[in-house]
Amino acid sequence: MSYQRYCLVCNSSKCGHYSKAIADNIKHYLRENNIKDIKVVMTECFGLCKQGPIVKIMPDNIVYSGVKPMDTKEIVEKHLINGEVVSRLVHENKKSKQLKIVLRNCGFIDPENIDDYIEKDGYFALAKALKMSRMDVINEIKLSGLRGRGGGGFPTGLKWEYAYKQNSDQKYVVCNADEGDPGAFMDRSVLEGDPHSVIEGMLICGYAIGSNKGLVYTRAEYPLAVKRLSKAIKDAREYGFLGNNIMGSGFNFDIEIKYGAGAFVCGEETALIRSMEGERGEPTSKPPYPAESGYWDKPTNVNNVETFANVPVIINKGANWFNKIGTEKSKGTKVFALAGKINNVGLIEVPMGITLREIIFDIGGGIKDGKRFKAVQTGGPSGGCLTEKDLDTPIDYDTLLAKGSMMGSGGMIVMDEDDCMVAVAKFYLEFTVDESCGKCTPCRVGNKRLYELLEKVTSGKATFSDLDKIKNLSNVIKDTALCGLGQTAPNPVLSTITNFWDEYVAHVNEKSCPSGQCKELIRYIIDHNKCVGCTACVRVCPVYAISGKVREPHTIDQDKCIKCGACYNTCKFDAIYKK
Amino acid sequence: MKKINSYDELIKHKKEIEKNKRSELNKIIIKISLATCGIAAGGSHIKDYIIKRLEEENIKEYIIKDVGCMGYCYLEPTIEITLPGYQPVVYGNVDEHKIDEIIEKYLINHEIVDGIIPINYETI
Repeated sequence: MSYQRYCLVCNSSKCGHYSKAIADNIKHYLRENNIKDIKVVMTECFGLCKQGPIVKIMPDNIVYSGVKPMDTKEIVEKHLINGEVVSRLVHENKKSKQLKIVLRNCGFIDPENIDDYIEKDGYFALAKALKMSRMDVINEIKLSGLRGRGGGGFPTGLKWEYAYKQNSDQKYVVCNADEGDPGAFMDRSVLEGDPHSVIEGMLICGYAIGSNKGLVYTRAEYPLAVKRLSKAIKDAREYGFLGNNIMGSGFNFDIEIKYGAGAFVCGEETALIRSMEGERGEPTSKPPYPAESGYWDKPTNVNNVETFANVPVIINKGANWFNKIGTEKSKGTKVFALAGKINNVGLIEVPMGITLREIIFDIGGGIKDGKRFKAVQTGGPSGGCLTEKDLDTPIDYDTLLAKGSMMGSGGMIVMDEDDCMVAVAKFYLEFTVDESCGKCTPCRVGNKRLYELLEKVTSGKATFSDLDKIKNLSNVIKDTALCGLGQTAPNPVLSTITNFWDEYVAHVNEKSCPSGQCKELIRYIIDHNKCVGCTACVRVCPVYAISGKVREPHTIDQDKCIKCGACYNTCKFDAIYKK
Repeated sequence: MKKINSYDELIKHKKEIEKNKRSELNKIIIKISLATCGIAAGGSHIKDYIIKRLEEENIKEYIIKDVGCMGYCYLEPTIEITLPGYQPVVYGNVDEHKIDEIIEKYLINHEIVDGIIPINYETI
């Protein structure tokens, strides 16, 4: 049976509530009119959840948004039978929210096949750049407005120019692929999906600044990324894109992979360079910047994976094409790893200036299980949280900084009403305490003390003067720590204390956790009106804290209770509640 | 492999690649998302199963490609199928049962089945 038309009904997240009714209705009306050559197909998310539910007619390519089950009769009779578009339901704005520049080849080409990359105009940017003067290449990057995608947002063209201006017999190009933020996997995906784009970006950078040696610093925990990158480097050498006299231009360049052991601080450029030299991965104070004195004290240009992946596109399509995308001060796109309590966990690439609302509620499909959005953490352990009031702020480097967060490398962790913000701040701080290299006192000692203060809050032992201490100490660490890791470590604390002051107060004043997450502060209580005395909870309690006769209401002994929640999860009568 | 020594040679090489790819136009192209995440979700098993089933159905004109992350972490394992003369279609959350359905209905009868992922991005 071949079908003339398909009726695609979105069956994901928010649309999913109606999809069955919509699909059944359409099928019903099709049957009623004796139409057999149209098939109703359930699909995954269209990325338009806010406008949902969505129905799309193919091959007509008409998208209907906000479709209610009662609209289906009109769609079937008007559109599917008479071929007339139901104009009141048509979704006019066909522009997608996502724009793939860095991920242009990810998921489309075989990363281990260099010909696949060349077919997609790979290494044409290199050929073009080799015909330009070095300064012209740098000016093109400067004009494009590309800023460092590792999180700091320093203008890439300027960085290249500094390195270019250094007089030295040897310069280095370093690709920072040490991705350490919890919940971030952008760089890994690019290296695994399109390693040649990073190699090409490094080559162009090497030509521009006058370097003949590139190094990729990546984590040994990314074995597949390393394997694919090694294969790509080998292929590029065979084709003569790496080596001596590249494409007859007289330019020499080669790339070597350096493995990191997975320390978070080694994502910081000076620590990264020390680690590559075989020293302890500890940052050094700047200046001197790596552009003056980096790897083996030679001028070194360090850029992130995503930054390099942007470079070939800019050279190919021109700076003027690139700088039309994005906001005034942040150009191009950004890759985000969406994670946490969100329906469509995934890797997305959006133009700068998109709002959080569009990312979370359209592309991300909203919050899991229909819960309420509470906050989103951007920039990982160095960033801060953004709340409901920030949902409509256009995202770029500067607005995020102004909101007390940062772009970071692109991890985006979404939290819902069940998350306790004090516990979240404590979680991120625990990560930085673990990852602190211990070189400077504010970070080594300060963060540890800050963590202990937060622990006091979450266990209900803190006073208001402790909250003052938390604020003070955070600011001192921010001002005095040696490197980016320490300077940004208190950010999650400061941003949650500003945005969720009430929650901190509740922990101190009422000794209670509003989200019911802080174990020390919650109590499990049996509602005697609901308890039927089935003894299910008694049997699962590991510490024998529950007592009571069969078929009579039970009680939990709070002194014995370890708050494991086993009874809460077992009770079939909702008789146990958290307080 | 011979070295590419100039811009002109690169253009020539690209044309050659395109020429070779023309023979792929009448084949079924199946791309499987096999980054770390896809493999963890069972992508390589799905790949083996697809090859086994294609052999059973005696379908010979096909190409299987390992590709990187398609971005749909919540729908792994993910595959993209391009039938000769058709637009690519992406299916998410595929398992053996789904593969059977896709091969039977889509590959053989060109009938789209439930579970496709609509394209929700623009690219360059």
